[in-house]
Amino acid sequence: MACNASQSRRPNGGYSPKLHRLMVTPEGVGLNIHIASAGARAGAVVLDLVFIILIMLVYGILLGIIISNFNIDENGSFGSFLLVFSIIFWFVLRNAYFLFFELGSKSATWGKRILGIRVASRNGGRLTKESIIARNLVREIELFLPLTYVISTSVQGDISNYAVLAGAIWVAIFLFFPFFNKDRLRCGDLVAGTWVVHAEKAKMTDIVASSESMTSQISTDYQFSDAELDIYGEYELKTLEKVLREDNADAERAVYEAICNKLGWMPGGGDERAFLENYYTQLRARLEGGMRFGKRRADKFDRQD
Amino acid sequence: MSQAETASTTIGGIDTSVMSNAILRSDRFRVEREAEWQRLDTIITHIEKGRTRRISDEDAMALPTLYRKTVSALSIARESSLDDGLVTYLESLTLRAYYQVYGTRTSLGRWLSEFIGGGWSRAIRAIQLEIWIMVAIMIAGSVVGYVLVDQNSDWYFALVPGEMSGGRVPGADPAILKETLGGVEEGSEDGLSVFAASLFSNNAGVGIFAFALGFAFGIPTILLEIYNFTLLGAMTWVFVDADLGVEFIGWLSIHGTTELLAILLAGAAGLHIGRSMAFPGQLTHMAALQKAGTQGALVMTGVVVMLIMAAVLEGFGRQLITGTVARYAIGYGLLLFWIVYFVFAGRGKGSAQDDGNSDGV
Repeated sequence: MACNASQSRRPNGGYSPKLHRLMVTPEGVGLNIHIASAGARAGAVVLDLVFIILIMLVYGILLGIIISNFNIDENGSFGSFLLVFSIIFWFVLRNAYFLFFELGSKSATWGKRILGIRVASRNGGRLTKESIIARNLVREIELFLPLTYVISTSVQGDISNYAVLAGAIWVAIFLFFPFFNKDRLRCGDLVAGTWVVHAEKAKMTDIVASSESMTSQISTDYQFSDAELDIYGEYELKTLEKVLREDNADAERAVYEAICNKLGWMPGGGDERAFLENYYTQLRARLEGGMRFGKRRADKFDRQD
Repeated sequence: MSQAETASTTIGGIDTSVMSNAILRSDRFRVEREAEWQRLDTIITHIEKGRTRRISDEDAMALPTLYRKTVSALSIARESSLDDGLVTYLESLTLRAYYQVYGTRTSLGRWLSEFIGGGWSRAIRAIQLEIWIMVAIMIAGSVVGYVLVDQNSDWYFALVPGEMSGGRVPGADPAILKETLGGVEEGSEDGLSVFAASLFSNNAGVGIFAFALGFAFGIPTILLEIYNFTLLGAMTWVFVDADLGVEFIGWLSIHGTTELLAILLAGAAGLHIGRSMAFPGQLTHMAALQKAGTQGALVMTGVVVMLIMAAVLEGFGRQLITGTVARYAIGYGLLLFWIVYFVFAGRGKGSAQDDGNSDGV
């Protein structure tokens, strides 16, 4: 009951229809979700890396101030302790960063929040903490390990071109992995049973053409016959709703003339909004009346009877 | 039809002043429930922004009910209302509420304390079979490495990469070998610490690779573990050959019991993933991978902690504690601790406080 023709035709808000999915909640209701595109994923991880590196930079500056102010010998035992501590700190920081934010109530790191995406459970069930741990642990293998390997060996100076190439291929395989499956999953998502989706937030809208606004109009006596209402379907109704919500006089004028032409009426002037609100309300009443008897009309081309 | 709809503006004595605002039946449906949706919206917004303290007790108690009412309202709205703005709003609200109601019910701190208090040990007990396989591989690998080098010491150079041996080669002067087992010497501290740290990233690398390679049905994991323990066996032979076997094992044990146990657990977790994929049983391959993956992730988190401990012991403990007896005491004391912890921690608590997803057995 959750999935039917009218929902798949819902405007996708600019998301690719290929990435539209119906996630069934434990209550058995399908929710429309949009999987984050590869571009959004890449953008988020780049932003996260920037944030992590910024934190590391602040740490490095603080460390530098401590070392220079307290005259610590960088080669002394405390100096080497700081070095080991820094390596561990880097490891803990990058893991804790992702875990802390993805275990939080938004299930999204700063980068993901900026791009409006979040982690969700693929099967519609509960997003478990183990899933979050798993998907982030695999990131360690996908990204940080090969990077660390290539950087640390090249710093030591004995890295061969083959090793760099191997590291690059390794990263590339995992990097392009999301392109080769329809759900844009990286390996971590695969293991953890998660996916990354757009976190939409719609505002509560007012009732279009409420009786309050309609009585404030000069004329409310437009009456349309069933035949006059039958020329349009749900798709046109939604378009009309959008026009009324936007409250743009030019657009209303254009739609008003279009409907009048269709009805064979002479388009007048000055009363477009009242006309459209009346038409909207009566068309919706007629279509919703049909819905209650199981009759739906997707658009003006949909003629079942 | 339309006349009938527009005619009645009140029903059943419910707040007619608000009702009069709604002409259509579907709008009345909305007006009746709007307050509940807005209440849910407020609660969810507070949760999303991390302001859970500002949610009153009644609101917190009402959350599941409000969520289910909204889900049901969404179903009704989809089938009875053509107000697209409303359906879009309800979808968005339901989804947001769904994420909170079925979201992770923990913070990093709370999860950590639960994890240390038994969650980790339970996860490890759940992959016992793979652990025993890994123990067998570990023993076999070490023996093979030892025997190979014993037969022909050229094997050593084939097995151990140059930068790792650091002068520890077959036939090396026992004095030099003994020196590599010693404590800190003047001026060489820095090098040793870095060596420890890079070994840390090496071992963490081996552990995480072993886990990750479980993807390929566990075969690379097994090969990797065999290789690493063959290496260990080969190195042991060099020292035994120089009559430094006991000292070498002490040198290795102080951190090695923790470190090798960690690598063993990592390999077992990887193998668990591989085995679940090859033999998923009643589940689909994807579901089996997911179950094993999340189970393995729990084990691996602990493994990382163990590897950090091992690195600290290796970087500092080994340099400070040079007595072979003390090294044995620390190394095997820790091993005993780990075994007792893994076997007994978190028993009896069961999966009651878990999501039912972490306990595989």
